Amino acid sequence: MELSSIMEQEARLTGQDGIVEMRGIVKRFGDLIANDHVDLEIRPGEVLGLLGENGAGKTTLMRVLYGIYSLDGGEIRVNGQPVDIRSPADAIELGIGMIHQKFLVVPTMTVAENVVLGAEPTNGALLDRGFAERQVQELASRYGILVNPKAKVGRVSLGEQQCTEILKALYRKADLLILDEPTTVLTPRQMDELFDTLRKMAADGGKVVIITHKLPEVLAVTDRVVVLRDGKVVGSYKTQETNERELAIAMVGRELRPVISVAKNVRGTVLKMEGISARNDEGTLSLKSVSMEARAGEILGVGGIGGNGQRELVEVIAGLRPTESGRIMIRDRELRGADPRRVRAMGVCYVPADRHGMGTVGPLSVAENLILQRHAEAPFSRRMFLRHSQIRAFAEGLVASYDIHCQGVDAQTRTLSGGNLQRLVLARELSGEPDLILAEYPTRGLDIAATEYVHQVLQAQRDRGAAVVTVLSDLDELLQLSDRVVIMYEGHIMGELSQEEFDIERIGLMMAGIAESKAEVRI
Amino acid sequence: MGAEPKSFRMRIAPLLAQRGALAGILTPIFAFLVALAINGILLWSIQINPLEAYKAIYQGSLGNTYARVETLVKMAPLLLAGLGILVAFRSSLFNIGAEGQLYVGGIFAAGVALFMGPFPPWIHIPLTVLAGFVGGALWALVPALLRARLKVSETIVTLLMNYIAIELVSYLVNGPWKDPKAVEPYTARFYASATLPIVLTNTRLHTGILIAIAAVVGIYIYLNHTVLGYQLRVVGENPKAAGYGGINIQRTVILSLLISGGLAGLAGTGEVAGIWHRLMMDISPGYGYTAIVIALLGRLDPLGTLVSSFLFAVLVVGADSMQRTVGAPAAAVLIVQALVVLGVLAGDYLMRRS
Repeated sequence: MELSSIMEQEARLTGQDGIVEMRGIVKRFGDLIANDHVDLEIRPGEVLGLLGENGAGKTTLMRVLYGIYSLDGGEIRVNGQPVDIRSPADAIELGIGMIHQKFLVVPTMTVAENVVLGAEPTNGALLDRGFAERQVQELASRYGILVNPKAKVGRVSLGEQQCTEILKALYRKADLLILDEPTTVLTPRQMDELFDTLRKMAADGGKVVIITHKLPEVLAVTDRVVVLRDGKVVGSYKTQETNERELAIAMVGRELRPVISVAKNVRGTVLKMEGISARNDEGTLSLKSVSMEARAGEILGVGGIGGNGQRELVEVIAGLRPTESGRIMIRDRELRGADPRRVRAMGVCYVPADRHGMGTVGPLSVAENLILQRHAEAPFSRRMFLRHSQIRAFAEGLVASYDIHCQGVDAQTRTLSGGNLQRLVLARELSGEPDLILAEYPTRGLDIAATEYVHQVLQAQRDRGAAVVTVLSDLDELLQLSDRVVIMYEGHIMGELSQEEFDIERIGLMMAGIAESKAEVRI
Repeated sequence: MGAEPKSFRMRIAPLLAQRGALAGILTPIFAFLVALAINGILLWSIQINPLEAYKAIYQGSLGNTYARVETLVKMAPLLLAGLGILVAFRSSLFNIGAEGQLYVGGIFAAGVALFMGPFPPWIHIPLTVLAGFVGGALWALVPALLRARLKVSETIVTLLMNYIAIELVSYLVNGPWKDPKAVEPYTARFYASATLPIVLTNTRLHTGILIAIAAVVGIYIYLNHTVLGYQLRVVGENPKAAGYGGINIQRTVILSLLISGGLAGLAGTGEVAGIWHRLMMDISPGYGYTAIVIALLGRLDPLGTLVSSFLFAVLVVGADSMQRTVGAPAAAVLIVQALVVLGVLAGDYLMRRS
């Protein structure tokens, strides 16, 4: 591939002051190769974008550099000298700082206290708070960071918490700053401020790496972009000399695999959402006026990079998350208020992504788990008493027809393997012949056989006449299984494609935040 | 769910891991034997023959009719309060207010037994027992509502309300409810029609132990055979799954704490209406706290709690005798109690490893 040869050419500029090189980096997690001989060079005066889908290996690569993960192969050089980074402390020593997606701050302490934590200026034995605050203020002004050093971190916005994290790294003399998906929590204005700060750092001769899947950001702030896919570097570009189309193809580019099977009998609308907005657990608006439809007899795939509102979308339909505005219709009845029982009564079932944390109750038996939503109904209970013989008979039937491998229906559910746990959830959810099936990452973590089984079950439900809405993060799987797809980005539906229109380039652009019609930049 | 109950669930998770009737009964016995062995070494080191010491415990608690009666008398409140703790913990609510709920149960029972009536015993006794249950439940309603509606930690509220309850009894028996004819701070004697009947003539073995054993059966059925018990277990093990399954979590939390407090209230009822026949201070030497250890030792299983409350009653009653007979410090019994808990934790660890 000619792109990687350009990259190799660029990689020849070694031995310069302050350059950080990663050479032939290999990182494995069991059988999975997260980084497969990755070469990367981080240069002073440059903002480098690390672009890729979920699971492309971006974060892993940077965690290797920051000393969180150990290397399985390759080496890291700083100023041409090989270095051994075994812990974040080693990385900090070398001037490397990393801002994680989840902030590591102490909410009850002030911004200044958080920044100096672990490296406090003292007068005698006590923290010199005034001096610390002045130092932090000075550092912040130098890079145009707007924070109040005296504010308690627990009371400031997520953007200011991020600033605190950046100041923490700068205070420890970091000249290489790694930011993992830094804009997720930011308002547009905070994002502009962040980008200004990063450019100032680079102009000062610092090095910045930003991990992202968002093309508009890459184009807005970086000088150079390296694209990762399946753990390998697939391209390196000067930002000025590339465009969103080229980057999108590099990010998602692949052969389209044949679809598994085709919907034969698509009928009327089962689910209709109009202008639905909702907030996530942190209170940020993460569904922004979403409208879409799902029809009986088809599988609607919801694609996009994880964390762009997919979870909130299914939870809103399942009645587990309140909406801010908009209307959801199931058939011709409106779904009002978040009430999972009523939603279920309307013929909707939900296969949650978190099989262990939400889908099942580990210490309870297989039989008890199979009646989770219906335990208070006939024939499973009568006059407030459970009828164990009825429950067992029902459970034994489902265990047999879904081929759930377990040591009997009295076995604790926690003893089941991932694939069998998913069979249990599917058996329970589909046992009522629902009209609408919500399946959130239904194959996540499953082996090939179990994945195929889930596909077969969902297709059988479609062919029975149910509407299936499934959230999938794997693009291959999404396009193989779906009869129609919608792509989500930052709480919006970026576009919709039917099976005949599947086009990897269009989908790649949508996933990276470039809107369908006018290639509008959304940041 | 707040951070506190979650971390609590993580702490008791190993205890819940190996549940089941058999494990529920065997583990406390096993832990008990290990604890006795280790404590034996300690006794040996201060020149006391552990076998003689344990023989004294046995003699004092099970050696004759009087001793056996005393053991059962002590076992009743421990078992009832332990069952209360069990119900709360099974729904992941850290109720450490059994002591206070016990006292308020005593107040309510005393109210009915002192000021209502006289009725025929077959009315007055059930009414007194019911009042005791309601008293404990009402005392637990405060933390239950705070927890369900405002997510206030039930741990702190139940703990602090213990002190209020004890002071409330103190106020009543020194003030408005004080027996005018007595010097000591206690109430007048209850109506005879309200006192719990004696099971074994010429002893003080009252019906409290029968109520406690009936409660074991009741709680076992409640947890395993009723819709509400099922919901309690789902909420306790995985509140997220409960919400997903359409279970009313708030209602479950409130109900669980009401039952929990009610059972502790019954423990207090037994003490006032079964033993003293009046309300007085110090009706419990910390039964409500020992009950936490008992419930955990019984692996939050009703049958296990039955066994562990018996073992603890043996220890408590035998301690005096051990001190008298071989001069072993009564603290040795406290050491055994602590070792038993460690033994259960160690047993769990080993079972998980194997």
